[in-house]
Amino acid sequence: MCLSEMKVGQHGRLERVDLPEEVGDHLAHMGFLPGAGVHVLRRAPGGDPTVYRVDGIEVALRRETARHLFMTPIENVQ
Amino acid sequence: MSSCCTPAESKAAVLTAPPLPASHKGQIRTIALIGPPNCGKSTLFNRLTGLRQKVGNYPGVTVEHHSGRMKAIGRSDLTLIDLPGIYSLATFSEDARVAVDVLKGQMPGVPAPDAVLLVLDSTHMNRQLMLAAPILALGLPTLVILNMSDVLESRGGKVDVLAMARELGHPVALISAAKGVGLDRIADFLSQYGNFEVTRPGAVKLPVIQSADSYRKWATQVSSRTQYQQPNAPKWTRRLDHVLLHRVWGPLIFLAVVIAVFQVVFGLGQPLSEGLGNLLTGLGVKVAALLPDGWMRALLRDGLWNGVQSVLVFLPQILLLFAFIGILEDSGYLARAALIADRVMRSIGLNGKAFIPLLSAYACAVPAIMATRTIENKRDRFATILVAPFMTCSARLPVYTLIIAAFVPDRKLLGSFIGLRATVMLSLYVLGFLAALFTARVLKSSLLRASSAPFILELPQYRWPTLQGLGIRLYDRAKLFLRKAGTIILGVTFAVWVLSVLPVHAGQFSALTDSVIGHVGHWIEPIIRPLGFNWKIGIGLLSSIVAREVIVGTLGTLYGVDPETHALGLQQALRGDMTLGGALALVVFFAFALQCTSTIIMVRRETNSWRWPAIQFTYMTVFAYTAALVTNQIVNLIAH
Repeated sequence: MCLSEMKVGQHGRLERVDLPEEVGDHLAHMGFLPGAGVHVLRRAPGGDPTVYRVDGIEVALRRETARHLFMTPIENVQ
Repeated sequence: MSSCCTPAESKAAVLTAPPLPASHKGQIRTIALIGPPNCGKSTLFNRLTGLRQKVGNYPGVTVEHHSGRMKAIGRSDLTLIDLPGIYSLATFSEDARVAVDVLKGQMPGVPAPDAVLLVLDSTHMNRQLMLAAPILALGLPTLVILNMSDVLESRGGKVDVLAMARELGHPVALISAAKGVGLDRIADFLSQYGNFEVTRPGAVKLPVIQSADSYRKWATQVSSRTQYQQPNAPKWTRRLDHVLLHRVWGPLIFLAVVIAVFQVVFGLGQPLSEGLGNLLTGLGVKVAALLPDGWMRALLRDGLWNGVQSVLVFLPQILLLFAFIGILEDSGYLARAALIADRVMRSIGLNGKAFIPLLSAYACAVPAIMATRTIENKRDRFATILVAPFMTCSARLPVYTLIIAAFVPDRKLLGSFIGLRATVMLSLYVLGFLAALFTARVLKSSLLRASSAPFILELPQYRWPTLQGLGIRLYDRAKLFLRKAGTIILGVTFAVWVLSVLPVHAGQFSALTDSVIGHVGHWIEPIIRPLGFNWKIGIGLLSSIVAREVIVGTLGTLYGVDPETHALGLQQALRGDMTLGGALALVVFFAFALQCTSTIIMVRRETNSWRWPAIQFTYMTVFAYTAALVTNQIVNLIAH
C-alpha cells in the first residue's frame, strides 16, 4: 500500500521509498526512513497535499510524491 | 559552572588539544552558525550579534549567509556567519550549497570558519542529530547547541547534556535563544577556546557510511544513550491547524486575513498618513518663512521639501503592511498559506514553495528573489524569479494611495464591510497576482518547461510573534525607507528641480515648459498620450525606473515648481491635470511595469546573466503599456 492511499487518521510503517536519490535523501533527512512510523494527519483544503506526522514533525507532501512511499498499515492506532 | 556541560570534567583522559594550524592556536576569528531549517538559528544570531537578521517561522528564511560581530556577548573581535538551514551536506538546493561552500572554506570572499556553532532543535533530537554526524566529521572545533530548552522542558521532554557531550566528544550547551537562557555557555566556549579541551575527531564514533540511514541509526543511538525524552506533541498547533487548514474555514480565513490587512493598511494608514502630511507641510512652511526669498528658498521648499515630503507620508502605511507580514511570518501561518496555495500554484506549473517568495514579494521583490533559493528545481526557481516583481510590493503603495485618494471617492461597499478605496486597492493587488500566475503558466509551458519539483514542506509549530521581533523588523524597515528618502529620492528630486529651472536666461530661471525637463517631457509626450498621461507624468515614469515611489517625489516637485499648481496639494494638482482614465491607467501601468533598479540587479545576480532581466523588463513594460492603454481607452469610452 502506498502512503497516498492511506486515510486520514491511519498509521503505518514506512517500508520503502521509490524516488530519485536526491528527493529520497531529502525525505530521509526529514524522517521518512524505512521503519519510521507515519501518521496521516489531515488533507489540505483542496484535498491535496496531505500533512503527515513523522518523527515528531509535520510534513506536507503531494499525492504524486506520497505515491512513491510504500507502507504497511498498522491497526489500532493510539 | 562554566564548563558543566562539556566533556572536560567527566572524561578528561581522552581529551587532547584541538587540531589547528600553529599560528592560529587558540585564536578564533570566524565562527559559522549552522543547523537544520527552523531550529532557531536566526534568533540566536540576533541574540549573539545584536544585529537584525530577519527571523521567520518557516523553513528557509536565511537564504544567504549573513555575518555580524558578536557584540551582544562582548566579543566584537569575533565574526559570526549565519548560514542557511540545511538537513544534510548533500546539496539538494541552492541555499544548502551556499552553506556547504562556506563551511568548507570554498566561498570566495568569506574566510574559512575557525569554529562551528551547531544549533539543533532540542524538541526533535532524533532527527536533528542526523546533521551532527557530517558536521562533526568536518573536524572543526564545534559547540553543539541544543536550542528551545524552554519548549522542551515545558512539554515534559528532557536530555542528559553531560552524556550528550560525552557521546559527541564536543561541548554541548542547552539553551533557549528565544528566552535568552544559557547564552553564557556560548561565551564560555568562545573565551576558553584556547585551552578548551575537545576530543580529537576520530575519538568519537561517527557513522562510517555517509547515508541518511546510517546517520539516523547513529542519531537514535546517541539520543537513547543520553536519556533523551521527546516532548509531548504541541497540542495548540494541532488544534489551530484543525481550524486554519479546515476544508471550508481554511481558505475563508485565509481570504479574511488578506482583506483585513488591506482594510487596516488603508483604513488606519490613510488618516495617519494625512496627519503626517499636514505636520510635514506645516514644518516646511515654517522653515521656508525663515529663509530669504530667492532661489535657495525655491530649491528647498518647491524642490526638495515637496518631493521628499510626498514620499515620507507613506511611512505609516508601509510600516503597517510590514507589521502584518511580520506577524504572519513569525507565527508560522505563512507555511500554512503555502499549503493552501499549493493547489493554485500547481495549476500554473509551480509548487506551493514558490508561494512563500511570492508572498514576501508583497513587501519587496528583492528579498523575495533571494528567497527563491529554497526552490530545488532550477526552472521553477527562474520562473518564480521572473514573476515575483508582478506581486504588489510596498513601493507601489505610495503611487496607488496617491492616485486612489485623489480620484476614488471614499464610499462604503457591501454595507460598511469594505470601502470603495480599499476595494480598488485590493483589485490592484489581485491584478498583479493574476499577471504573475498568467506569466508563470506561459513560462512553464514554453521557455522553462519542466516537470515541477516535488513539494516537501515542513509545517513549523505556531509561535507567538514577539513584540521585540516585530519592533526590530519595523525599526529596520523605517530606517531603510528614511535612508532611501534621504538619498535616492532626495537626489532624484534635486536633479528634477535643477532640470526644471534650467537653463538660466539673464539671471532668471526658465519657466517649467521652457526648461530642460519640459523639453524632454514634451518630446516623450506623444508616446504616452494614448495612455492618458501628460508630460509631467512621463517625467515621473522616467524617474521611477530608479525606484517606483520616486514618481511621487518627482510629481511633488514638478507640480510644486509650476506656478499654476504651486499652492495646491499634490492630490488636488493631479485631480486638475488628469482624467479618471489616465489616473487608472497610471496605477495599472505601475501594477505591471518593472520600475525598480534593485530588482533588475538582483535578477541579474541570481540568474547569472543579463538575458533574463532584459526579457523580464521588456515583457513587463510592454505588458504595462498595453494594459494602461486598454484601461484608459475603456474608461474614456464609458465616461463619454
